[in-house]
Amino acid sequence: MGIPTLISTSTASDSSSIDITSGIDSTYDEYMFVFTDIGPATDTAHFAFQANAVGESDFDEYITSTYFYAYHAEDDGENSLTYNTNSDQAQGTAYQHLADYIGNGADESAAGVLHFFSPSSTTYVKHFYSRFNMYNANAQTADRYAAGYINTTSAIDEISFKMSSGNFDGVIQMYGIS
Amino acid sequence: MAMTLITTNTSSDAATSDFTTGIDSTYKLYIFKFININPATTGQDFGFQVNVAGESDYNEVITSTSFSAWYGEAGSGPSLAYDTAKDQAQGTGFQDLNSVQSSDADSGMAGTLWLFNPSNTTYVKHFYAVTTSFTLDATPNHNNYYIAGYVNVTGAIDEIQFKYSSGNFDGIISMYGVG
Repeated sequence: MGIPTLISTSTASDSSSIDITSGIDSTYDEYMFVFTDIGPATDTAHFAFQANAVGESDFDEYITSTYFYAYHAEDDGENSLTYNTNSDQAQGTAYQHLADYIGNGADESAAGVLHFFSPSSTTYVKHFYSRFNMYNANAQTADRYAAGYINTTSAIDEISFKMSSGNFDGVIQMYGIS
Repeated sequence: MAMTLITTNTSSDAATSDFTTGIDSTYKLYIFKFININPATTGQDFGFQVNVAGESDYNEVITSTSFSAWYGEAGSGPSLAYDTAKDQAQGTGFQDLNSVQSSDADSGMAGTLWLFNPSNTTYVKHFYAVTTSFTLDATPNHNNYYIAGYVNVTGAIDEIQFKYSSGNFDGIISMYGVG
């Protein structure tokens, strides 16, 4: 990993979304988002992101992605390594899941890292990958992997994070990697 | 702030590698890098446990997942599968980060462990790791482990220990803070 430079810190406190609308440009070829203490108000909510291209409106770019996970129950009753067709996209414009079915108990949360590559390119699609661990709504630990590309050759300069339902708490730090 | 090297522990025929200072609220993310980790005893598992501030012993409750890909030098395998031998369900054992590692002179393990916001006193403490090892079963093979989970405590964690399931080891572990 290169040297990360902290660009911004966003703190969600019962927030519907965190939109980062500055600091994403050609300065860095890789941006890294670190998520800590991501706690939803609504049980089984999915934490997700979308992006917006320069000069456009709304967070609704085309995404093609993959998503798989491992999980294991606290009572040792279940475990699995599985591809999840409910959280991938095929040229979809929805928010891309990063961590799905997070529990909303007092000590339940998600944490992880999203890597986002060369958002200012006007030649290539925009690749990303993430890994999250989370305490899900069924008293299980879950190791979530999402990856894909935003299928646009326009520069991306804004990114939005939110739950599929309800508000959330947490801290999102954006770094540039040089 | 960025990514800051906090401590480097160099182990030489050591039983454990302990980080007992430097884990606090300064950083939201701590990253541990494992370089040339080589056990004295063949067939052992490298793992970690943590200690909550003000408590004693490395024995916190962990629920975790484990899966790995492996492929043998002689062409055995390959395989990608969940590994029930390396996960924990509310266990207090050391969390394995690899499996049956070889102690051959040229073998070793490398990898990275991410530990998220260990000082928070509200949520469980999430972690995940990826390691690559030279493993000795019937024949030498490569093993790529993906471990993740949470330490199921709301108390702040301020100490972490690494060791093998048996025997001493050599190697370098560097702890970085990000944030």
